[in-house]
Amino acid sequence: MSASAIIFYAISAFILGAGLLAVTSQKIFRAAIWLLFSLVGIAGLYFWMRVEFIAAVQIIVYVGGIVILIIFSIFLTQESGKEMPKPLLKRTIFSVVAALFGFGFTYNLIDKYGFSTAALKPFNVSVSNIGTQMLSTAEHGYILPFEVVSMLLLASMIGCIVIAMKAPGEKPADEKTVTAESIQDTPVPPVLVIPSVPEQLITEEV
Amino acid sequence: MNEVPLTHILFVSTALFFIGMYGLFTRRNMITMLMSIELLLNSVNINFVAFNKYLYPDKLDGVFFAVFIITIAAAEAAVAIAIIINLYRSHKSIDVEDAAQLKW
Repeated sequence: MSASAIIFYAISAFILGAGLLAVTSQKIFRAAIWLLFSLVGIAGLYFWMRVEFIAAVQIIVYVGGIVILIIFSIFLTQESGKEMPKPLLKRTIFSVVAALFGFGFTYNLIDKYGFSTAALKPFNVSVSNIGTQMLSTAEHGYILPFEVVSMLLLASMIGCIVIAMKAPGEKPADEKTVTAESIQDTPVPPVLVIPSVPEQLITEEV
Repeated sequence: MNEVPLTHILFVSTALFFIGMYGLFTRRNMITMLMSIELLLNSVNINFVAFNKYLYPDKLDGVFFAVFIITIAAAEAAVAIAIIINLYRSHKSIDVEDAAQLKW
């Protein structure tokens, strides 16, 4: 067993251990940090496979983007130190059984298949190759998915803003804030404002 | 490097996939379910890159699939978190059991 194989098994154990803790930890912030470690381990696996571009993209997008977004949303939506309620015992047992059965079944198929890796050519993934093929309009070029995915990103960005935006009429409005907002929005001449206050007073007094 | 067979890498990705599936089954909190989905997508990415490297080393298709999956996963996570924040604003909870208004 060479050093490369030892590194592979160490990285794999790290990925699986961190992933297992990410789905079983009862504190949500710790689960997010374990997910971060697992994703960094996967980036290390890409480095081990000599696919440096994918590893860099993995670190930038997942570790620098998605996990930070998840941590932000944890801070926005709940107390991060509080323990989550444990799942029901019945649900845990059935989930473990389902996962183990699925894993055994799938790995059995993989093990029996016997992939033919006889003719091994050197694997050349330089960034220039990737860029040339991604933007080529020839037969195996990826220019069309590239453009489609850029439209998808634009659409999802606009969609996120629209979904997460507060609707203007949705605020829990009491009378004072509404009048203040209407005054701020449209500069009403003060003649209109001044009678409104005595009217309320008059109706209350009456 | 070639002394690690392909099935060992597939073992890792399969195990990671079913770990994510276990998390998706047991968690009831929407953010943790989203984290499980990220684990699932990552295990699929490992598969694509490993197949590309071991079976078709003269092509780049698996690498492109991995890049596009990462892109779409980023878009999906952003939309999911926008929905979660909006749901929290209206329901004060992000437990999936509490979001049952569309159920019946």
